Amino acid sequence: MSYRFSFADKEIAAEAGQTVGAALIAAGYRSWRTTRHNGAPRGIFCGIGVCFDCLVTVNGRANQRACLTEVRSGDRVEPQEGAGRADLAQ
Amino acid sequence: MPTSPSSPTSNNNTDSNNADYDVTVLGAGPAGLAAAVAAGTAGARVALLDAGNRVGGQYWRHRDEDTGAGHHHWSTLRRLRSAVLTGPVDFRPGHAVWHVSRADHGFTVHITDGREIRTTTLIVATGGYDRQLPFPGWTLPGVFTAGGAQALLKGQGVSVGRRIVVAGTGPFLLPVAAGLAEAGARVIGVFEAGSPDGFARHPGAVLTNLDKLAEGAGYLRTLLRHRIPYRTRSTVIAAHGVDRVHTATVARLDADWRVLPGSESQLDCDAVAVGYGFTPQLEIPLQLGCATRLDADGSLVAVADDQQRGSVPGVYLAGEVCGVGGAPLALVEGELAGRHAAYRTVAAVPDRRAVGRLLRRRSALRSFAAAMHASYPVRPGWLSWLDGETELCRCEEVSVDTVRRSVVDLGATDPRTVKLLARPGMGLCQGRVCGYATACLVAHLRGRPTTEQDLLGISTRPIAAPITLGTLAEG
Repeated sequence: MSYRFSFADKEIAAEAGQTVGAALIAAGYRSWRTTRHNGAPRGIFCGIGVCFDCLVTVNGRANQRACLTEVRSGDRVEPQEGAGRADLAQ
Repeated sequence: MPTSPSSPTSNNNTDSNNADYDVTVLGAGPAGLAAAVAAGTAGARVALLDAGNRVGGQYWRHRDEDTGAGHHHWSTLRRLRSAVLTGPVDFRPGHAVWHVSRADHGFTVHITDGREIRTTTLIVATGGYDRQLPFPGWTLPGVFTAGGAQALLKGQGVSVGRRIVVAGTGPFLLPVAAGLAEAGARVIGVFEAGSPDGFARHPGAVLTNLDKLAEGAGYLRTLLRHRIPYRTRSTVIAAHGVDRVHTATVARLDADWRVLPGSESQLDCDAVAVGYGFTPQLEIPLQLGCATRLDADGSLVAVADDQQRGSVPGVYLAGEVCGVGGAPLALVEGELAGRHAAYRTVAAVPDRRAVGRLLRRRSALRSFAAAMHASYPVRPGWLSWLDGETELCRCEEVSVDTVRRSVVDLGATDPRTVKLLARPGMGLCQGRVCGYATACLVAHLRGRPTTEQDLLGISTRPIAAPITLGTLAEG
């Protein structure tokens, strides 16, 4: 069974049980976050929930670990800049 | 101690009368599964908690429809999983533990969503994760931990790249490279920083663990079949790219892991997978005040006795938390811990023959682990790969120079002080990734070897998993 979710307004396919991070890697992405201080790009590093490098915003919730978050059909996934709380500054 | 004969629900006497469970196992990998099944079979009321949604841990990371292809000892997982799901064990997935406190009934386990579990005894089987040594460019997207590459492949069916460099030290690099090659990726090479000829010096450990060696030989055959070079005394010392890695610098190393001048070469790649052994996940034993020691591989580990008891009464330890040794050892230690925790709480009659057999097996597997650690040591020359700009702490983006200044200019003498002054280990991962490297760098700058105190100072975490302030306020 295949799921679909949106990432930065593009539609991405995922297999059942696959994580957001794995689906993004499979779709060719390597980074989806920039760091707080240097604005450096980051994606998955440890892949098992230890390093927090792969943070992403899922359905409006910032700071979700892409490597642990299993895709549900219709999820809206957004890249994350800095602390991921740009919404607070609006 | 309870005095009545056991049954799964009869243990409502004496000091355990307020507990929900006789035994609570943290972590459902090989050690935790074996522990939970052993304790349940011996008549204890058992809870098995895991932060993930399935049993198996990192070793048997899988999805629901997985049939076991590419997994080792899959039949063992199937047996333990069915014992857990159909037997007397209460498996509770999605339970990330942020704190364990002592209580009159034993221990209270605090879950990140605010729930609490009250237990008479605790078995900590929280496993470990890849140990990392930083190098210039290691923060570039496309650089993965070896375990991360393996988790994405085995657990998710995704290869981290098409042209992959595998590097680091230890036998784990072999299954990672073999798996990626079998999945169709081009593995450009396996670069082993050590020179693992050490097994020749440990014939006893080798003879009693021939099956493990056969496993290694199988991976080497896979590398040969795919024409993947396996180079010793070599590793990746830098990764290059703008927003993703496109090149890795590989160099030959001397016996201390300093780069042999002129030996550097550039390899085009779209992924690098690196790992230098494993770091045990020790938050809970440290919170509870369990005694620790420095293991042969340089890791901080918790001390466990012949019954897998930690130094704090009621706490049992199994698997990588008491010394990195792999899944077969974790299974044995888990079964020992589960049996003894049950014997203690429900007054079941110990099976002395089974315990004796497990202890002999533990001894053989521990000698093998010791031989492994002796063959794949991390040598201090890796510090010479760093430049001043290299980020030591990925979360807080703290450079090697910033750490150096806090030691040389500000006079910090230990990693904990450096953490307070310069913030390595202060970010979201709480020093899990940079802790070992920070401890080594600070000790080196002070002109002394890395000590147990160095690692303790940067490994103690009052909160073991991220929680909301609301949960903290209620907890």
